[in-house]
Amino acid sequence: MPYFLKRALFLFPLLLLISLLAFALLKLAPGGPFDKERAPATAEIKRAIEAKYHLDEPWWQQYLRYIGGVMHGDFGPSFKYRNHTVTDIIAQGLPVSVALGGMAFALSLGVGIPLGFWSAARRGQWGDYLGSFLAILAVCVPALVVGPLLVMGLAIHWRLLPVALWTSPAHVILPTLTLGLYFSGRVARLMREGMLATLHEQFITTARAKGLDDTTVLLKHALRIAILPVVSYAGPLLADLLTGSFIVENLFQIPGVGVFMVNSSLNRDYPMVIGLVLLYATLLLGLNLLVDVGYSYLDRRVKYE
Amino acid sequence: MSEAGAVSGQRSAVSESLSPNQRAWRRFRQNRWASACGGFLAVLLGVILLWPGLSSERVAKVMPGFLSAGLHTPNEHSGELFAPPSSQHWFGTDIHGRDIFSRVIYGARVSLLVGAVGACVSLVIGVLWGAAAGYLGGRWDSWLMRVVDVLYSLPSIIFVIVLITTLHGALDKLQSAGKLTVAMRDTAKFVGLFVGLGAVSWLTMARIVRGQVLTLRTRQFVDASRALGATHTQILFRHILPNITGIIIVYLMLLVPAIVLYESFLSYLGLGIQPPQASLGSLIADGAAQINPIRIYWWLLVFPCSVLVSTLLALNFFGDGLRDAFDPRGDR
Repeated sequence: MPYFLKRALFLFPLLLLISLLAFALLKLAPGGPFDKERAPATAEIKRAIEAKYHLDEPWWQQYLRYIGGVMHGDFGPSFKYRNHTVTDIIAQGLPVSVALGGMAFALSLGVGIPLGFWSAARRGQWGDYLGSFLAILAVCVPALVVGPLLVMGLAIHWRLLPVALWTSPAHVILPTLTLGLYFSGRVARLMREGMLATLHEQFITTARAKGLDDTTVLLKHALRIAILPVVSYAGPLLADLLTGSFIVENLFQIPGVGVFMVNSSLNRDYPMVIGLVLLYATLLLGLNLLVDVGYSYLDRRVKYE
Repeated sequence: MSEAGAVSGQRSAVSESLSPNQRAWRRFRQNRWASACGGFLAVLLGVILLWPGLSSERVAKVMPGFLSAGLHTPNEHSGELFAPPSSQHWFGTDIHGRDIFSRVIYGARVSLLVGAVGACVSLVIGVLWGAAAGYLGGRWDSWLMRVVDVLYSLPSIIFVIVLITTLHGALDKLQSAGKLTVAMRDTAKFVGLFVGLGAVSWLTMARIVRGQVLTLRTRQFVDASRALGATHTQILFRHILPNITGIIIVYLMLLVPAIVLYESFLSYLGLGIQPPQASLGSLIADGAAQINPIRIYWWLLVFPCSVLVSTLLALNFFGDGLRDAFDPRGDR
């Protein structure tokens, strides 16, 4: 498929541009990575530290040096956690974030798709009102609301589940719920909209005219097209979830990479931020590409030139 | 909306020849649930705007005792720390003995203000950007939209953090140099928060507006006005943009809750509203920080959470109702 090959090749300059933008943004902002530490005793020491991390060079030279390293698979040392390289930190945190994000993703699709499908199939009846209400309710309870309430109720008051940390299967439940609930509402809403739009189409009328029963029409004919909005939402959603969530990781003390995105930007830990930005952008762009491949598979009317 | 209502609405719309916006408004009023949510929002706005007047001492004297006992200002410290809800403090008090009820009212006011102004900032950027891309078309279009694509793949939180920390640093320096008063600095931080939130939320608006302008640009009434000698600015602002106000308003209404949520996230990071001011998000973050296994201060979390959730619910239902009303298929 030459179209998708072309787009895949186009990813590399795009990633370069994104990393350049992130780097320039951090460099433009005042403050450096070592501002919060004890001031160096002499100007000599300060110069030595800056020379060690090449902070004395002009910014474009720093960027080129960094990108040169990335090409060889070296994402450099973290400025804040000086005994670790960026690759180390990401390699430690990413599996945790991926596990948590993957489960939240499964939860949002597993709850959202059936809920949206069910509401649309019962359009205008009580089932629809209930389903739509639940979906909107989920969209209105962000992690910041769900997380603390779940911890206070289930973990502290009733002592059913552990409060925090990430060690046993029981530790997984609360963070997954906290992270996934909001998105299951989003998915359900998209699914319902997609179903309602599809049920207006002529091929559905044809299918009904052939005398097919409701279940076959909905499951075999409508679902395939109706799920398309969910598919295109699922790409960015998965990229978002896999790279971790600050609130959930911070609330439950989970050692993922989500907290680093925020903390490293605050600390001006340039290599760390750019490593994470590259990770996120690669996932996002790659998944969007996959989504488009899936799109043309699900809806054969879609053609990419 | 019932079938009969739809049919009669359609008929009267035809006979009175209403404009599309008037028809949309009529459809919206028939949606009782969305109208009720609009009413709820109006009452909430009324309460949070009138509250400073209501809680003043002059009014408190006139009020009956059970009401006036519960009236406090958000930064008034009382001796009772962590008092549970009572007739004195309807929603309880926090770690400094401040009244949660009045803090929630003030927090809702700040959250809604941030949501509304942030949405307007992103409206201006997004509409101008998207309209420019859609109207100019061709190479300009593809460049402008490439920028949007690139910004989409950059985590917005980095943008916000850099913007806000830079601004705070500069303002603190100016204040300590004596060029700004503390009040001026805090106001500037507040405005910076609006701008920062708006600056990261305009991307989808730009995409929507661009798509709409792209299809309207080739319509005959545009050709007609061009033939009559209208300038590009006139065509864009007098002929194209008025045609998409419906869609813009709908998306704007759905953007407000999204920005309220984003602000609560920033408050959790400590980058949002600065204490002693409060937003609903910062109140929830404060409540979450007080979670401990020994004593449960549920009122610190439950009240701000339920006000936030019910406000977001009302905003979403209201926005959905507007969208259904403006949907051109609604007449069929």
